[in-house]
Amino acid sequence: MRSSVFLSAEGEGFVPPSSNDFELPPIFGDNPFTTKPIFLVFLSVILVSVFFILSSRKAAIVPSKFQFAGESIYAFVRNDLARDVIGHEFMRFVPYLFTLFTFILTNNIFGIVPFLQFPTMSRVSFPYVLAITVYLVFHYVGIRKQGAWKYFKEIMFMPGVPKAAYILITPLELLTFLLVRPLTLSLRLFANMFAGHLLLLVFILGGEHLLQGVIGLKLISPFAFFIGIVLTFFEFMVQCLQAYIFTLLAALYIAGALADEH
Amino acid sequence: MSNTVILAAGEKINPLVPHTAELIVGAIAFTLLFLVLRSRVVPMFEKAFAARTEAIQGGMERAEKAQLEAQRALVQYNEQLSKAREEAQTLREEARAQGSAIVEELRAKAQEEAARITAAAHASIEAERQQAVTSLRNEVGTLAVELASKIVGEALEDQARQSRIVDRFLDDLENSKSK
Repeated sequence: MRSSVFLSAEGEGFVPPSSNDFELPPIFGDNPFTTKPIFLVFLSVILVSVFFILSSRKAAIVPSKFQFAGESIYAFVRNDLARDVIGHEFMRFVPYLFTLFTFILTNNIFGIVPFLQFPTMSRVSFPYVLAITVYLVFHYVGIRKQGAWKYFKEIMFMPGVPKAAYILITPLELLTFLLVRPLTLSLRLFANMFAGHLLLLVFILGGEHLLQGVIGLKLISPFAFFIGIVLTFFEFMVQCLQAYIFTLLAALYIAGALADEH
Repeated sequence: MSNTVILAAGEKINPLVPHTAELIVGAIAFTLLFLVLRSRVVPMFEKAFAARTEAIQGGMERAEKAQLEAQRALVQYNEQLSKAREEAQTLREEARAQGSAIVEELRAKAQEEAARITAAAHASIEAERQQAVTSLRNEVGTLAVELASKIVGEALEDQARQSRIVDRFLDDLENSKSK
């Protein structure tokens, strides 16, 4: 589809990929619920659900390879993210963090899966939604645990700080908790996926464009494709890393809200 | 289709502006996945983990129990052994005591027997002596009477007569004795 865009734009020479390449039109008429990212999100829900339901169905003491695969991912989120970060109350948050991690990971990896090739999280709406859930969860947990008054008092007036410093710290802390945290959380994920995909587009579409040029450009084209492939592996790493970081930060925020003093 | 894209290419779209449809779908999809994973997947994995922990702990507990039992058996054996030794000791002591008691008894018996024999001998000697005394007294009496009658029957005038009488008496005595 993107190549068709290209062909139609070919008359004016190479059009570098831009943010407009992420605005995919609806597949069925004008219905905004039928775009590719939306289908991908639903596909990710189906894939993750099916994979984990099947791998956890037997819950055998001695796991099969399939069960072990699912279990390893679950154990990673459960032990290395939830338990190590949150502490003894971690079990309450495992389903949430597990969903967060698998959902983001799958949608990120869609970016390099052949034929799908679109990281859903490069559509900013999805990271926004996820950041909002994190925001709601960690504030809710903090208020539940410490009471609304004490919770916000500790956010605004950090204990153990000289009184004069509150002039500076209170607005900063409020800003951090209420705005910066969810914003950075969602923008980090979005920007990484967006930039990564853009990078791949540049090299692969660029290589394609070079292939249509004169003979000298045709010879350069394989290098562009090669770098595109190398970047694909790099992207895979970034995609896993971003899923991990998002979940880790969510766990950290929850842990902070649960702790008596931050 | 490409028409829309080309149209869109004219103006730059701000990628930070969310789409309502995507927001809704994102929220629904995430909630859906959350519900599925929470209800179907997490409990199953937790079950497997718990079962595994249980299995490992159960094995360890069993081993511990077996060891405890072995220890208890060892203690019991040692106890029994020492009890048997003690019993042997008491038996030996008892036997020794019994042996010495038997010896003592025998000695006492022997002494008693000896005493009895001595007493019997004393008694028989005494009886014989008594008998001898009795018979001697009888004989002396008769002799005295005989002698007296002889003395009274014959006048003892002189030495010669006297000695003759005595000689005759002694001869008679001798004769009576040899009779």
